[in-house]
Amino acid sequence: MSKDTAKRNTKVMNRYDVTSRLIGKLHNEEAVIGGIGNTNFDLWAAGHRPQNFYMLGSMGLAFPIALGVALAQPDRRVIALEGDGSLLMQLGALSTIASLKPKNLTMIVFDNGIYQITGSQPTPAASVADIVAISVGSGLTNSVWAADEEDFERLVDESLDASEPTLIALRIDDQPGVGTTRRDPVQIRERFMHGLGVRQPL
Amino acid sequence: MAIVEQHTPPLTSHDTAERTWHGIVLQTLKRNDVGLIPYVPDRVLTPLIKSLHADPFFTTFATAREEEAVGILAGAWMGGRRGALLMQTSGFATLANVLASLAVPYQIPLIMFVSERGTLGEFNYGQALVCRTMRPVLDSLALEHHTITRLDELEFIVDRSIKQAVTTQAPVALILNPLLTGGKTFDK
Repeated sequence: MSKDTAKRNTKVMNRYDVTSRLIGKLHNEEAVIGGIGNTNFDLWAAGHRPQNFYMLGSMGLAFPIALGVALAQPDRRVIALEGDGSLLMQLGALSTIASLKPKNLTMIVFDNGIYQITGSQPTPAASVADIVAISVGSGLTNSVWAADEEDFERLVDESLDASEPTLIALRIDDQPGVGTTRRDPVQIRERFMHGLGVRQPL
Repeated sequence: MAIVEQHTPPLTSHDTAERTWHGIVLQTLKRNDVGLIPYVPDRVLTPLIKSLHADPFFTTFATAREEEAVGILAGAWMGGRRGALLMQTSGFATLANVLASLAVPYQIPLIMFVSERGTLGEFNYGQALVCRTMRPVLDSLALEHHTITRLDELEFIVDRSIKQAVTTQAPVALILNPLLTGGKTFDK
């Protein structure tokens, strides 16, 4: 990659702002899987929905969990939110998703170049690793950097009608998450299953 | 939620004609509607993986890592689809974090088949060592696990374990011992 990658020309956005923009676009009970830390804190802060799943551990597994939901419910759109550090921990998941080609999966990567929640240590994405280049190289050809908020919204709209998995990466700032997810795994899982129509409340 | 069967149907004469361990596992998975099968390849599991790939009832695919497969199965379960993970002993050894942070606290009925390396003729010291971590990890999380050594007990254990995992919303590990599968020996 040259130093003039598409990434370097993109605007630095704010995770809470773009997460809120995303949620505002969802009108068909789309499932949303939030990765650990600030990613799911901002998903929570953007307003809880029964179709939201908040991952409290298992760093790097937001995309695999979303893939599982997408395979179980091929008629429902599934959106996964992940950080750059988390994704770098589980890069093999990208090629698995590329192999299976679920039509209903949108992956969003918030790239701030830091392991923010542990003390803002730099990730390789800050200097050498280009998330979109890695994704394309893993077989996810429909991967792109969002240039700014309007471009992000346009890319989300496109992905919701796409016939192949989409990965949208955004550069974001170092602002912490706005909210704090209620750490109740059983309730999170049960509510999510209600939201997906798999179960009814007692 | 499925109703637990009170009685395990006996094998039919057709089934008994092919009473291989992998044939029994496949039929028992199918009968329990366990159809999503991510795996990390293993030599001993190869006949099972091959027959799963050949059967359109199953969605069978390799993952890069075992914990990735646990994530996929957790998502699929929450979306209403059952599955099982196939791996070998060394793969199970990578799972302590995802079991303790996802499968157990979120009450996911994760069904795991582990091809047991490291015992009864192991030739690789690393495999022998990593095998010794498996049962302590399972026991430390109080997870249900069974070591299957006999063909005549296989269907009962697999069938009942799947039903128990689903109804109690708890993971289970089914360890396929070399006494059942033949294992992997130095000259193979």
